[in-house]
Amino acid sequence: MKTTAILAIGISALALPALAEGQLNLYNWGDYTSPEMIKKFEDQTGIDVTITDYDSNDTSMAKVSAGGHGFDLIVPSHNYLQIFVQKGLLAELDHARLKNFGNIDPKWVDVPWDQGRTHSIPWLWGTVGMGVNTDTYDGDPNTSAIFLDPPEELVGKVNVAPEMTDIMHLTTMYLGGEPCTEDKEMLKKVRDKLVEAKPKWMSMDYGMSDKMGSGDVKASEYWSGAIMRARLQNPAVVYGYPKEGYPLFMDSIALLHDAQNVDEAYQFLDFIMDPENAAMNSDYTKYPNGIAGSEEFFSDEMRAAPEMVVPEEHLANGKWMPLCSPTARDYMTAIWTELQK
Amino acid sequence: MSAGQGQANRTSWSLAAPALALLLIGSIGPLLIVLVYSFMTPGDYSGVQRPFTTQAWEQVFLTRDIFDDTLGWADAHMTIFWRSVKLSVLTAVITFLLGLPTAWFIATRPPDRRALWLFLITIPFWTNLLIRTIAINEIIRNEGLLNQVLLKLGVIGAPLQILYTDTAVLIGMAYVYLPMMVLPMYAAIDRFDTRLLEAAYDLFANRWQALWHVVLPVIRPGILAGSILVFVPSLGAYVTPRVLGGGKNMMIGNFIELQFGQGQNWPLGAALAVLLLIAVGLALTVYVRVLGGAGRADG
Amino acid sequence: MAERRFDPTRLPGFATVAVAVFVLLYLPIATLVAYSFNGGDSVAVWGGFSLDWYGRAWANETVKAAALRSVVIAACASALATTLATLAAVGVVRNRRMKGRAVVYMAINQPLMVPEIVTAVALLIFFASVRQFTGYQGLGYLIAAHAAFCVPFAYLPISARLEGMDATLEAAAADLYATPRQAFRHVTLPLLTPGIIAGAMLAFVISLDDVVITEFVKSAGQDTLPTYMLAQMRRGVSPEVNAISTMLLMVTVVLLTAFFIINKQTNRGKQ
Repeated sequence: MKTTAILAIGISALALPALAEGQLNLYNWGDYTSPEMIKKFEDQTGIDVTITDYDSNDTSMAKVSAGGHGFDLIVPSHNYLQIFVQKGLLAELDHARLKNFGNIDPKWVDVPWDQGRTHSIPWLWGTVGMGVNTDTYDGDPNTSAIFLDPPEELVGKVNVAPEMTDIMHLTTMYLGGEPCTEDKEMLKKVRDKLVEAKPKWMSMDYGMSDKMGSGDVKASEYWSGAIMRARLQNPAVVYGYPKEGYPLFMDSIALLHDAQNVDEAYQFLDFIMDPENAAMNSDYTKYPNGIAGSEEFFSDEMRAAPEMVVPEEHLANGKWMPLCSPTARDYMTAIWTELQK
Repeated sequence: MSAGQGQANRTSWSLAAPALALLLIGSIGPLLIVLVYSFMTPGDYSGVQRPFTTQAWEQVFLTRDIFDDTLGWADAHMTIFWRSVKLSVLTAVITFLLGLPTAWFIATRPPDRRALWLFLITIPFWTNLLIRTIAINEIIRNEGLLNQVLLKLGVIGAPLQILYTDTAVLIGMAYVYLPMMVLPMYAAIDRFDTRLLEAAYDLFANRWQALWHVVLPVIRPGILAGSILVFVPSLGAYVTPRVLGGGKNMMIGNFIELQFGQGQNWPLGAALAVLLLIAVGLALTVYVRVLGGAGRADG
Repeated sequence: MAERRFDPTRLPGFATVAVAVFVLLYLPIATLVAYSFNGGDSVAVWGGFSLDWYGRAWANETVKAAALRSVVIAACASALATTLATLAAVGVVRNRRMKGRAVVYMAINQPLMVPEIVTAVALLIFFASVRQFTGYQGLGYLIAAHAAFCVPFAYLPISARLEGMDATLEAAAADLYATPRQAFRHVTLPLLTPGIIAGAMLAFVISLDDVVITEFVKSAGQDTLPTYMLAQMRRGVSPEVNAISTMLLMVTVVLLTAFFIINKQTNRGKQ
């Protein structure tokens, strides 16, 4: 009896999914899409949206390169977007089919990694900085010294997100170098600094909105939106923008070259460029979105958030991180291995 | 060789064939792809490309120092490898010490109750590995249950830093792999006729001698199977070192993952994996021959 | 002399260790069940009792579908792996002089020896070409991949059971009446059952837990609970997952209880 039931489930599971009209397959970072926004889109258009998650640019790139995946839209980070384009994985966008294209905030249109937005539409953006619990340390949080030369109060209580490129870029800028440098002298200094700092770290882990919110971790190099969520749990948490330079990031949504549901995909791209819809995404994730006018739909809490609205004095220190050459990446991996061995 | 043996061999092979076919598709075949990759050049930004080269294999053992360009022994790789071996052996020992009494306990319950106890062992594992690991994290973290209780009892004055240490990784791995040790040992002990032990006890002077001479040989296949199921997968463990170890020190699984992920050096990852396979394969052969007695795995 | 007739079921200290093991095994589970009733927003800070997360988990179609998909894959993959492993064990373990026995042994254990990420990347590439060739996009790829790495977990307990199992019984059966098939059905299989149960349970659990291979093999709309959670790790896992896990646990416990009650009554009926 039981076997029959299992077999029945198995057979139905093996059956081909129906290729109904009006489907859309979005391949996105986990927990990075507002369910309310998706519901609104489905109600408006009758298109059935399926979201599948990934947790790293490299995984998603490997999968899309291999082909046969069934996805239509993907949301790579800005530095990977260039690789996606170079590898021919994305379709060029037909701006004529996007009546809301003009809604993109002009400063996000001619970005160095996708001039004129030929391949992508802004999804969400943010910064990499420092979360600090002011109950433990009330000095200046606006410096990478929080994790590279931690003040005594924070020794053994700092977390560092295990993101190789972010850490390498922050450290290089802290020491006065250029991100993606191939200069041996600079790389040596970067390595020495990291190896010296590591014993003062508590962990190299994710999940900081909870761990800083609960007070288990007192400071962390992390992403702005996650630190904002930590602050909402624990008012003692502040977010710092390193004055030595900090990375900006923007994840942009793009159409895959082998997408099956192109019309539906265009409808969706147009939909998310509506300020009200973009605001729903920001509200869910606590990251700003790059669509002009969406702030009007933000809650007061978000409009006033120092994590979402970069304060004037820190604006100039935010940098787009370039795409590193394979050689520079090999150097970074070597140092990273040295650090985590 | 007799005609009977030839017939028996054919039967054996045809019974094993479906499993081997599945493995060929799902595991051995893909491994051949990996073997080929290990002899290729890293693609720009992940993947592989031509020409074929042994560069990745050289990188496994020798690294060119990025600062003074000298070729040196890849001691970072060895450090990572030895940490993995050490933690995996310790995990196997801990799960054995805890698992043997547990398996024994289950196998000596009344027959109609044994299945119930077996299910009780596995139920915790029906919840997902990540969520279980996070739950362990909740217990051992600084503000967690264990430290709170110990502080209240006055056993310790300040919270113990267990989380993000090798101890935490060991606790997590022992927890995760315990059923891999208990179930095969149970399967072996269960078939043991306890009257034999009583008889043996009449012959030998004490119960430990009886255990050693009578029980051990019978449950040896179970120990063998269990320790393999614990040791080998823990070598490639990935989630536990990341969540409980705080990701500060890599194990070989994390290191190989780095090459396929952020490091974007697939050939090196492939070469490391093939090397690991060879090392484990050799270790297993020796282990099975020594502990399993002659004639276990040989032809 | 009472001490001399000792009872092997009561080895000193064994029961204590076993009970301690059971307590330790359930401690994290108890924590996760407790936190599933957390009124707070996080998995780490207690914010009072509430059924909030159950409501949210129940309303979250994605997480429900992912949990169900995990169970379906695990059931199919473990059934397949256990069947094939049993056949292979029966064929190989008793035939000690089999040609190529070591090869079979190594082949069966091979999935254990390769870190998941490696099999995952290779399977991704292999299955991608199969997908493009056949156009088939279903769960079959995940089931096949899971079944493959479940084989050693099913095989080893079964072979440990078979190893040294008294072969004379089957010989006797053969002498009496039985074809090899009958001998297997009526003699070997019943004796083998504890090994098969142990193997199937391990295979099921291993499949249920898999993250890395699933992450690489899945295609559109095929997230399982582990891959869903993996993708959440950066933001922090929401207590929704605790609630879903607790619900799965409850279903398991109810099914098991029912199974044992029915079993008991059938046994009673037979007597």
